[in-house]
Amino acid sequence: MKLPLPPLPAALQPKPKRPGEAERVKPLDQAKEAGIATLDWVDERTSLSGAARWTMFRKVPRGTNWFYTLGSATLFAFLSQAVTGVFLAMYYDPSVTHAYESARHITNDVFLGEFVRGMHKWGSTVMVILVCLHMARTFFFGAYKYPRELNWLIGVVLLILTFVMSFTGYLLPFDQRSYWATVVGVNINGTGPLVGPFLSDFLRGGAEFGSTTLSRFYAIHMLLLPGAIIALIGAHLYLVARLGTTAPPWLKAESGEGLREERT
Amino acid sequence: MADGRREPTSKYTLDRGMPGAFEGETVTRRRFMTLTVHGAGAIAVSAFALPALGFAAGSALFDRPPVEWEAVGPPTDFPNDTYIPRVVTIIRGIGQVGKTTVYVRARNPDVDAPPNPRGYDEQFIAVSTRCMHLGCPVRYVDAAKRFICPCHGGVYDFEGMVSGGPPVRPLDRFYTRVRNGQVELGPRYSVNSEFRRFPSYRDPAQDLDGIGQYLYPGRFSTPKMD
Repeated sequence: MKLPLPPLPAALQPKPKRPGEAERVKPLDQAKEAGIATLDWVDERTSLSGAARWTMFRKVPRGTNWFYTLGSATLFAFLSQAVTGVFLAMYYDPSVTHAYESARHITNDVFLGEFVRGMHKWGSTVMVILVCLHMARTFFFGAYKYPRELNWLIGVVLLILTFVMSFTGYLLPFDQRSYWATVVGVNINGTGPLVGPFLSDFLRGGAEFGSTTLSRFYAIHMLLLPGAIIALIGAHLYLVARLGTTAPPWLKAESGEGLREERT
Repeated sequence: MADGRREPTSKYTLDRGMPGAFEGETVTRRRFMTLTVHGAGAIAVSAFALPALGFAAGSALFDRPPVEWEAVGPPTDFPNDTYIPRVVTIIRGIGQVGKTTVYVRARNPDVDAPPNPRGYDEQFIAVSTRCMHLGCPVRYVDAAKRFICPCHGGVYDFEGMVSGGPPVRPLDRFYTRVRNGQVELGPRYSVNSEFRRFPSYRDPAQDLDGIGQYLYPGRFSTPKMD
């Protein structure tokens, strides 16, 4: 039951709108308008909205399930590695005499240092696991078949780059474990016939494991590989958007009337 | 052409009916400009890419380290029936990382083969601690008269010859000499299972017997020793 309002004095009563008077713009609408105007300004000069729509609003086949998120999960693991890695580089010193000390400083002294270094350390393992799961999903769902072979090839290169990333990053804390593990790893590279000795000399920056080895691994880990991985992830995602995703293998192809007509 | 043969084309662009052709020219201006621009681009790219590649790989592959000798003690320090550990510097200026342990003893005529016939008469044997499986540090166990590697179970006998586990060749050695009453250690060298000397020392896991010495070539940067 609605009670009648108490009588208000005429000055306090809301005034009815005058005919012809425009509605007052609320701040929320104003903000929305400004955002749209900005996006329009960019879009008018770049036509990016079409590309964004082409990338984001794709048709996905029926039966798409949680296994299809492994690629995005890998991408997020990579982004996490990139962000934590950039910030770790602000405190890390890639010289043989200071590397271990600066890594210790990050863990023990810097605010949240142990957490960010832990994210980077464990995140690398998570990324390798996710890459392998993503590859297994692609293999068992037959998603590597025509026309997606090139994307499989790019993925294999990305897998190798991820392993090289793990290998070069393992040296950087420069403790006993990473030192000897890298000695062993470089010597395994050296067992390749004919090219092996030169490859391990290239990795070490000379015949002996020295100061150039650490800065070399740091440069490969920080600059060379991330650039290559980002470029290849771009190509990988472009092909995913271009070719679409596959239906899971347990889904039977539909045999509608129209399909049968077309086949004859 | 009914018979599938083509008439020989003229070398002049005008005869071939190319648009924008001039009399007497054999390549159109457009094609000439395209090739020139591509060529200039290739030269510009190689002008920075080739030096950069050479910078990254050159000194790693071709640098010849200077031969340096380091004194490790008077000859009386070293018996011929056991090894004395000595720490030597193999890379200068990088502190602990540039050091390695070397096991030194006097030559023992009952155990060792006669000196290298090429005339480098060594009275002392300096055995590297670098395991020839994958490069972990071995240690000498006097009770067993064996070198033992902690990583993957490589075992070497008193001379440094493999007596068990995965290593592919005997332990590396260092050149030795006696100067000013001190035993001095020089560069590292590798040996194969007949203790033939390879002055360009190879990395661990590189076999030097039979075909191995050709599959794993030495460095360009080997110091001249003997």
